[in-house]
Amino acid sequence: MPEPEATGTQRDTAGPGTSSGSPSPKSVAVWVLVGLVGALGWGVLALSRGEEISAAWLLAAALGSYAIGYRFYARFIAHRVLKVDATRATPAERLDNGVDFHPTDRRVLFGHHFAAVAGAGPLVGPVLAAQMGYLPGTIWIVAGVIFAGAVQDMVTLFFSTRRDGRSLGQMARDEIGPVGGAAALVAVFAIMIILLAVLALVIVNALAHSPWGVFSIGMTIPIAVFMGFYLRVLRPGRVTEVSLIGVALLLLAIVAGGWVAESSLAGTFTLEKETLVIWMVVYGFLASVLPVWMLLAPRDYLSTFMKIGTIALLAIGVVVAMPTLKMPAVTDFAARGDGPVFAGSMFPFVFITIACGALSGFHALVSSGTTPKMIQKETQVRMIGYGAMLTESFVAVMAIIAACIIEPGLFFAVNSPPGIIGTTVESASQAVTNFGFAISPEALTQAARDVEEASLLSRTGGAPTFALGMSEIFSSVVGGAGMKAFWYHFAIMFEALFILTTLDAGTRVGRFMLQDTLGNVHKSFRDVSWKPGVWFASAIVVGAWGYFLWVGIKDPLGGINQLFPLFGIANQLLAAVALAVCTTLLVKSGRLKWAWVTGVPLVWDATVTLTASYQKVFSEDVKVGFFAQRDKYQAGIDADKVLAPAKSMDDMHTIVTNATVDGVLCALFAVLIIVVLADALRTCVKAVRDPGSAKLSEVPWTESKIVAPAGLIATAEERAQLAAAAGRDSGGGQVKEPVG
Amino acid sequence: MSTVRAVLARARFYVREFSGEAAYDRYVAHARSHDPDAEVLTRRAFERARTDAREADPREGFRCC
Repeated sequence: MPEPEATGTQRDTAGPGTSSGSPSPKSVAVWVLVGLVGALGWGVLALSRGEEISAAWLLAAALGSYAIGYRFYARFIAHRVLKVDATRATPAERLDNGVDFHPTDRRVLFGHHFAAVAGAGPLVGPVLAAQMGYLPGTIWIVAGVIFAGAVQDMVTLFFSTRRDGRSLGQMARDEIGPVGGAAALVAVFAIMIILLAVLALVIVNALAHSPWGVFSIGMTIPIAVFMGFYLRVLRPGRVTEVSLIGVALLLLAIVAGGWVAESSLAGTFTLEKETLVIWMVVYGFLASVLPVWMLLAPRDYLSTFMKIGTIALLAIGVVVAMPTLKMPAVTDFAARGDGPVFAGSMFPFVFITIACGALSGFHALVSSGTTPKMIQKETQVRMIGYGAMLTESFVAVMAIIAACIIEPGLFFAVNSPPGIIGTTVESASQAVTNFGFAISPEALTQAARDVEEASLLSRTGGAPTFALGMSEIFSSVVGGAGMKAFWYHFAIMFEALFILTTLDAGTRVGRFMLQDTLGNVHKSFRDVSWKPGVWFASAIVVGAWGYFLWVGIKDPLGGINQLFPLFGIANQLLAAVALAVCTTLLVKSGRLKWAWVTGVPLVWDATVTLTASYQKVFSEDVKVGFFAQRDKYQAGIDADKVLAPAKSMDDMHTIVTNATVDGVLCALFAVLIIVVLADALRTCVKAVRDPGSAKLSEVPWTESKIVAPAGLIATAEERAQLAAAAGRDSGGGQVKEPVG
Repeated sequence: MSTVRAVLARARFYVREFSGEAAYDRYVAHARSHDPDAEVLTRRAFERARTDAREADPREGFRCC
C-alpha cells in the first residue's frame, strides 16, 4: 500500500512541516510495527471463516491502514502531487476580516470540519451493507477512504483554498465549462432532495409506534428554542454554557421519555407513520422559515456537542467492551444479490450503499465552502481534509461493528420490509430462519422488550439497528441490561437530533439554490428577505422531499430498499463531479502524470455509479430493476390481479408510480454523470493538446507571514519556527495558538 | 500549579474557539488592530449580525449527511 516514492525524502516547495532527510531508525521501526498491526488485522479477517471473531481485529485492520495511508499516501499527495506551499498565503490570511475569513488554529478547524462532514450518513449506509456480512463493507470503507474519499476531500479543499474558498459548483463552471457546471448544480439540488427524504424516512421508521422516542425527540424543539432565546436575549454568544444546559435537558428528556412511555400519556405519543410524515413536513417547513437563531443555530450546537461526545464514547465503548462479531464475514446475499435490506449483488451495490465513510460527494461541498476560508496554511490540507475524512471512516467502521455484534436473526428481522417478513414475530422468525439465520419469536419479543419498544420488526433505515448495537456495547460497559432501554433511546436521539438539523439546514440550502434559479425568471426571488419568495421556495423544497418520504412509507416493496440506492447513486454522482473537477484541475495545471490520483477513483466511482444506475434501469430482475418492477405490476393491473406484497389495487398503482419515478430519476442521474464526465474530458483533452489555452482561475501567489505547523503535533523544526515567530512579534501578531 | 493553569488555559482556548465564543473577541481584536479607537459593535449586536448572516446564505456552515 505505501507508495514507494512517497517516503519522506522530498522537500521541494514543502518548507516547514516536512521533516528533511531520510527517516530515523526509530520512525522506521514504528511504521513497520503499525504496518504489521494492520496486516495482522486483515489477516485474521481474511482467514477466519465460520467462527466468531473479536471486533478488535476489525479495528486493528482499519486503524493500521489509516495510519499507513495518512503517513505515506496523503503525504505523497500533499507534497508531490499538489505541491502544497507553506510560503503561500491562504485566503484566511490574505482576506482576514475577523469574521468569516480568519486563520483558525488547525486543531480547532479539524474539529469544525469533522463536525461538518460527519452526520448520520456513516451510521446508516454501513448498517444496511452489513446484510452482505462485515467483510465487503469493511474493505470498501477502509480502501475507499484511503484511495478515494479522503483524497477527494483533501484535493477539493486544496483547490478551493487556492481560489478563495470558491464552491464546488462555481469551480465546475469556471474550470470545466458552463454545461458541466449546470449539470453539477442540478446534481446538487437532486441529491439534496433525495438525501432529505431518506434521512427523514430513517427517523420516521425509528419513531413510529414509539412513545418514548417521539416524546424525547419532540422535547428537543422547546429545548432548542429556549437555547435560542438564551443566546439572543439573555446572554448573547455564551455558547458553551447554554450547550451544557441544553445537553443536560436533553438527557432529562431521554429519561422522561421512559416515564411517558409507561404513563397514561403513552397513547398521545404513539404515532402512526402517516402522522409522523405530516409532522415532519410541517416541521421542515416551519423550521426553514423561522429565523436561524430560534431553532437552527441552537439545535446545531446541541447536535454538534452530542455528535462529538457520543462518537468519543462509542470509540471508548468498543475498545473497552471488545464485542464479538456475530454476523458472518460474507453472507449468501452478497453473491446472490437477493438480500431483503436492499436488492442487488455486491458489485456495485455495496459501493453505492456505503457512501459516507468511504467516498461521499457531499463532503466536497464542505471542503469547498467554509473550511478553505479558515485554513492557516496550505500544508494543513492533509491533516484537515484527509484526516477528518479518515475519522469519519472510523465512525463508519464502528457503525458496521454495531450492526454485526447483534444476532444476525435480529438484524434481518429489524431491517427487512413487512412485505418480506410479515408483521408478526412468528412470521418474521419463520422468514428469517428461511434466510439461514435462526431466531425464535420469543427472542424477537424479548429484544423489543429489552429496549422498551412495542416491536422491532421492519424498523428499516439503519438507526434502530445501530441503536441496538450501541446499547449492547454501552450496557456491557455501564449499567448492565437494565440500562439497555436508556442507551437505545439515547442512540436514537443522537441520530434524530442531527437528522432534524440536516432537514432544516438542507431545506434552506435547497431553497437558496431554487431562489437563485427562480431569480432568472422573477428578480424578487433572489432577494432572500422577500418573504413570499422564501415561503414559496421552501414549500417547493419541502414538498419535494415530503413526496419521496410519503412514497417511502407507503411503498409496499419497502421504502428504504427502494430509495436508498437512489440516495447512494446521487451521492456518488456528486463525488464524480468533485473528482472530475479535481482531475481537470490537475491536468490543466500541467500535472497530467499525477492525474491518476483523482482519475483512478473517478473511473472507479463512475463505473460503480453507472453500473448501478444501468441495473436499476434495465435489469430484468424485478427486485433490482425499477422498470422491470413497473412492467410486472402494470401487467398485474391489466390482468386485474393483485400481486404480493401488494394487498390491493391501490397498492399496485402505488408500486407502478413509484417504480416509474425512481427509474426516471436513476436515468437522469446517469445522464448527468455522463454530461459532467464528457465535458471534463473535453476540457482535459484541450488542455493537453494546447497547454497554453488552459486558463486557471487561481489567485496569484502572495507571501505568507503566518507560522503554523502542518500536522496535529508540531515537529521540532516547527516548534523552533513558532518560538522564533513568537519572539519576533510579541506585540500580538498572527500567531494565535498557544505555543506547545 | 502553573502546569495545571496552563493546561486549563489551553482547554479554555479550545472550547471557546470550537464553540465560536471567541468570535466576538477576535472581531474586536481585528477591528482594533487597524485602529485602536475603532467603533465596534456591542457583543449583542455582533452575535445578532453573525446569526443573521447565516440566514442570508445558508450554505455557510452547512453540515452534511
